[in-house]
Amino acid sequence: MIDVIRAGLLTTVQDLGRHGYRHLGVAMGGALDRLSLEVGNRLVGNRPDAAGLEVTFGPTVLRFPRATRIAITGTEFGATLDGKPVYSWWSLPVQAGQELTLQAARRGMRGYVTVAGGIDVLPMLGSRSTDLAGQFGGLGGRALRDGDRLPVGAPSARAGRGFSPQAPEFGVKAPAWCKFVLVHEPLRRGRHPSGVPWAVPIRVLQGPEYEQFPAAAQEAFWSDEWLVTPNSNRMGYRLAGTELKRTRNTDLLSHAVVPGTIQVPPNGQPIVLLSDAQTTGGYPKIGAVIQADLWKLAQVRLNSAIRFIPTTPQEARQALVEERTYLRQIDAAIAMHEERCARQPAVAAL
Amino acid sequence: MTQPRIFQFGDAALVCEAPAPATLACQRRVWAAAAAASDWPHVLEVVPGMNNLTIVFDPLEADSAALASQLQAAWEAGGDAPAAGREVEIPVQYGGEFGPDLQVVASHTGLSAEEVVQRHTAGEYVVFFLGFQPGFAYMGGLEEALHTPRRASPRLEVPAGSVGIGGEQTGVYPATSPGGWQLIGRTAAPLFDPTRTPPTLLQPGDRVRFTVAGIDA
Repeated sequence: MIDVIRAGLLTTVQDLGRHGYRHLGVAMGGALDRLSLEVGNRLVGNRPDAAGLEVTFGPTVLRFPRATRIAITGTEFGATLDGKPVYSWWSLPVQAGQELTLQAARRGMRGYVTVAGGIDVLPMLGSRSTDLAGQFGGLGGRALRDGDRLPVGAPSARAGRGFSPQAPEFGVKAPAWCKFVLVHEPLRRGRHPSGVPWAVPIRVLQGPEYEQFPAAAQEAFWSDEWLVTPNSNRMGYRLAGTELKRTRNTDLLSHAVVPGTIQVPPNGQPIVLLSDAQTTGGYPKIGAVIQADLWKLAQVRLNSAIRFIPTTPQEARQALVEERTYLRQIDAAIAMHEERCARQPAVAAL
Repeated sequence: MTQPRIFQFGDAALVCEAPAPATLACQRRVWAAAAAASDWPHVLEVVPGMNNLTIVFDPLEADSAALASQLQAAWEAGGDAPAAGREVEIPVQYGGEFGPDLQVVASHTGLSAEEVVQRHTAGEYVVFFLGFQPGFAYMGGLEEALHTPRRASPRLEVPAGSVGIGGEQTGVYPATSPGGWQLIGRTAAPLFDPTRTPPTLLQPGDRVRFTVAGIDA
């Protein structure tokens, strides 16, 4: 059980999403920064697809009535456990009754709190993710509220002594790219005196309607900075910048859209679709964010800027391979921790 | 049958798109290709659209060029034989508080409210694909005499189960949401229930008939 003392701006139960139902209009959902959730689950001995809490911005306070093990990944919150500072990307033992306080995110946008055993709400259509628009999944199909109690599952049988509440804390390295987002983010919109744009680079492949945009619009798409407007949510980032108008406004028949789709409605201001987006759309698609950069995009704060970097399918694939390599490094680090804990005599219960 | 255009979209999806206009014969090919593709390894999602089909694959495991050839072959093999869609009846309470725009449709079409209901229930509608909301079916088959433009300003809250007409289309809102269609009635049929398998009442290829549960003209 976890007691939600203070839910914060938007905290939801999320796993790696709902798969195989898009043809029935059911969105994928799931953690927007899935890499952070995957690492968080590894740090507490869970399967990578266990459910955790996606904390958007914070501030959030959680109380753990029972001793357990938790991790915070994604953004830096200036987190404290009973007032004592704790690190993100660490596996932390928690004693019964301890309170975790997450301040408002200092940088980045979303953090993940994972707990040994995972958040054990009833799976719906194969996932515990909250579908806010569909109002199902997660806890009652809604964001958490102050006073909620969350069920926690039994720790995974394969999680060894290294994940017990008595085992020492240990950390892993954050994804290299995470630092990049976090360093760039506070600088907000604008240019460095050297003329180098600060906007966070996001790698993009051309979309099927790219050629329908005139050369000037194509040029602006790649060279301009795009402001992530406050009118953005888990369904999509609404961007503001140069107006992108097509040469001819021919209608498109409805088609499937996927997270990462960059569509351009008639007002010429692009929208990047995220995990909770509808399954079909009708706007022209100027591009698609590569899978490996979706989690980076999810950490870009509202009112900051991004840039689109042209890439190739080969580079997109290589970026995913690098992501898998990083996760294997995390697995190796965790295996070493477990080995160390297994060699030491059992900690006597107090 | 004209050849479709098959292209990659992003690094994890392939699209098979037939040239406009959308026809039922073409949509049958979309369903046939979708049925074939759902069994292929490393294919995660198969999503029909209007006259097109998108497959989402695992970009690290799948060979997208090979998948594109498979898609081409499945399209050619698909034929346009009627797919085995089910027949689904949806009982509707027409007019009154459940269908506040029935009179609007009547005056726009020059029919009486009773005639609107009679014609709406006489039609057989085909589910082309689902989208917009879980369980929301885009259906073809609304007779031209009933075509009515959407409301000038959409309602902020259309109740779940509302049956509406929007331009050339008719459909049912599975969940309460904003919406601009003319509402002619409401059904108690559960269009989407995440605790059931399958979770939606309607699936691509199904044929729908509306029946009169009651009328308040």
